[in-house]
Amino acid sequence: MMSLTRLALAGCAALALGATAVQAETPADTLVIADKIDDIVSIDPAESFEFSGNDMLNNVYDTLVELDPSNLGPLVPGLAESWSVSEDGKTYTFKMRDGATFHSGNPVTAEDAAWSLQRAVKLNKTPAFILTQFGFTPENVDEVVTADGDTLTITVDKPYAPSFFYSALTAVVASVVDKQVALEHEADGDFGYEWLKTNTAGSGAYSLRAWKPNENYVLEANDNYWRGAPTMKRVFVRHVPEPATQRLLLERGDIDIARKLTPVDIEGVRGNPDININDELRGRIMYVALNQTREPLNNPKVVEAIKHLIDYDGMANSFLKGNYVVHQAFLPQGFLGAIDDKPYSLDVEKAKALLEEAGVGDIEIKIFVRNDQDRLEMAQSFQNTLAQAGIKAELRTGTGKEVLGEYRSRNHDIYLGAWGPDYSDPHTNADTFAKNPDNSPEAQLTGVLAWRNAYPAAAETPMTNAAVLERDTEKRRAMYEEIQRIHQANSPFAPMFQLIEQVASRNNVDGFNAGGSIHSAFYWPVTKN
Amino acid sequence: MSDADGLGRRGFGRRAVAAGSGIRRARLSRLLIGTTRTLISLAITFLGLLLITFIIGRVVPIDPVLAIVGERASQAQIEEVREQLGLNEPLMTQFAYYIWDVLHGDFGKSLMTAKPVIDDIGRFFPATLELATLATLVGVFLGVPGGVIAAVNQGRWPDQVIRVVGLFGYSMPVFWLGLMGLLIFYGELGWVGGPGRLDATYELMYEYDVPTVTGAVLIDSALAGAWDIFRNALSHVILPSLVLGYFSMAYISRMTRSFMLEQLGQEYITTARVKGAPEWRVVWVHALGNVLIPLITVIALSYASLLEGSVLTETVFAWPGLGLYITNALFSADMNAVLGGTVVVGLVFISLNLLSDLLYRVVDPRAR
Repeated sequence: MMSLTRLALAGCAALALGATAVQAETPADTLVIADKIDDIVSIDPAESFEFSGNDMLNNVYDTLVELDPSNLGPLVPGLAESWSVSEDGKTYTFKMRDGATFHSGNPVTAEDAAWSLQRAVKLNKTPAFILTQFGFTPENVDEVVTADGDTLTITVDKPYAPSFFYSALTAVVASVVDKQVALEHEADGDFGYEWLKTNTAGSGAYSLRAWKPNENYVLEANDNYWRGAPTMKRVFVRHVPEPATQRLLLERGDIDIARKLTPVDIEGVRGNPDININDELRGRIMYVALNQTREPLNNPKVVEAIKHLIDYDGMANSFLKGNYVVHQAFLPQGFLGAIDDKPYSLDVEKAKALLEEAGVGDIEIKIFVRNDQDRLEMAQSFQNTLAQAGIKAELRTGTGKEVLGEYRSRNHDIYLGAWGPDYSDPHTNADTFAKNPDNSPEAQLTGVLAWRNAYPAAAETPMTNAAVLERDTEKRRAMYEEIQRIHQANSPFAPMFQLIEQVASRNNVDGFNAGGSIHSAFYWPVTKN
Repeated sequence: MSDADGLGRRGFGRRAVAAGSGIRRARLSRLLIGTTRTLISLAITFLGLLLITFIIGRVVPIDPVLAIVGERASQAQIEEVREQLGLNEPLMTQFAYYIWDVLHGDFGKSLMTAKPVIDDIGRFFPATLELATLATLVGVFLGVPGGVIAAVNQGRWPDQVIRVVGLFGYSMPVFWLGLMGLLIFYGELGWVGGPGRLDATYELMYEYDVPTVTGAVLIDSALAGAWDIFRNALSHVILPSLVLGYFSMAYISRMTRSFMLEQLGQEYITTARVKGAPEWRVVWVHALGNVLIPLITVIALSYASLLEGSVLTETVFAWPGLGLYITNALFSADMNAVLGGTVVVGLVFISLNLLSDLLYRVVDPRAR
């Protein structure tokens, strides 16, 4: 009874003191970020493949080779101190860093690194292809990835461009996992998978203190981090799904960084002296693709006409302003060999003439697009411009998974959606847009965009295969440029835009990096003053 | 029943006592039969509820496997996961497996969060419970008096004012109302806490210092004696519960008004007035007393609907509640989570039904 009375009294007091109870400041040693993090389905590095999960893991785990947030592009030593490749270009040797430890206190060894790669290959979750594309299989991986003392040796099946292999090793799937801790939690020979889905065992700048799905996660600084302990003792990432709400939190100073503001919100906070806005070009490409099993979308004239029926500039200068730039090649800016050619623009007369030449009569099609504001607006604009040339398009909308299901089984006419690169090498996008090893329906290469749209990529496929073997970087760059130009002219893909992430932060926050177009977010360089 | 009992006691000696115990036995067995019947009907209700949810979930054109493996997966990986999840089995076999597991206390793991559904619900339901309870209190304490005053002043200005206020509450999109509330009372004036259940500072204190007992921040922080966290939590829950409470107030006041009007036209009211009972007594005791029974049903229903969670309010206020959880689960075809959520919502409705039955007996002598 007594405590009930106290409760009631405290309640009344709090109501009366409501104003003073609000403290609009984040702790000085804690970085507080508002983001949308409900895409995290697993935090096992062998499985994590969504943006938010990779942001977390990029700070919890280390890889052998890493990217430098202050100069994204060149690779820098991670858990490997140095590395080299054999004459024949097939055997890589990594010398491990001395003195690095996991969060558990266990030393990081070459054995951990070898086991982690073997584990990812054997578990064979979605991102495993980033490793298995080098010829690793569950059967051979124990022989081709080996540890001896402080040296890790990896043998690949072809003399790939070394930068291609190193770039793949910067992906989350190549994270070095604490073998001992993982095996302590192993069940039924799962390499600790069930446990690592919701727990971590890394050596990164932060360890995971708590993860409440769809709510928040808390990272704690690793005082023994080999780069030195990070300045921020904690990182607290909150799931705030509504952008307007993120904006309010930022304006009040209840968070340090807001990552999902809309262009309207960004304009709203631009004049605020307490808030900085940092534009970062990200890797996501928005594109339109035409299913080549559908008449008359497989007519080259129709394809070209439709590429002229997209209002690229109109969209980029109106509702997408600040959030996307026009980009018409499949490699995002920031990647080796990315081209900036923009041969297409809205030209209704030209499109009409092309359709006339094609002689295909009335066209009625469906545009498949997921229920998401940006995409729906793009689809509506596209629908309008198609109508100007007499093409009747109907929007077929659904949840992400629903639309994706149709797309993967070639059930779409036109698909409007996004693609993001998986690692920092141009092969990541070339592999899916410009390579189709088998276009037959039976092949079921459902993960490959060219296959989904039944585009044989006859010219590009051999070139893409050759480009990964080119060890001269300048020559390799030229090859990708050529592949993109061919793809741009002939393929049923119309890349339209590249994403700009507008990160808004309090002006006392320094050093945050969302990862540019090639990587995930870095929390450890952040400071506050 | 009580008559027969009374008769027995009044004076038929031993035989009557024997008859009395016979009646008690009969009453007991009737109670047992009644309880068994209730339990069986409950079990059937639940089974039916789960079956329908299960079938709807499987008929929806969303592939749960895609939710796990993501965009890049190969066909082989998809088949493997489908096999692991048992999705290749016939629908009824899948359902039977599910029920079997549930009977063994295993609600399975959520695909979206990789955590046991029980854990997820243990986290999201208390957040919803806090919000819904406070909102219902707001609704009742403003709505019932509002309805009574409106009825007494039927057609005059207090009635009009209350009607307009109620109508406003009914027709405003909760999304807009919530954002406006935040903009003014949090953004501009700083009177209340912002979105989320706590400020970042307190959220971390809560995470580090307060043991989780019930999952409800207000209760747990009070139990731990962490009054600054409690105060902060209260400042955060005020606004969303006022917004939600406004809606239930609008509903409750309209219903109270019409119930009251019905009662105020009855003869016993005239009788009471003729007998000289003071007007406040006529209204607040005689009439309202008779309105309580239908009103309890109305309040229980409105409480139950709040306990399902409110997707829009939870979105605006970044409130980790049940509504968003179940909705997200549906969109990812995360059946374990959807079914777990369904069980909770079912339980809520059943317990509120039982509770209002119980309350009937308290307020209505005839039901005793």
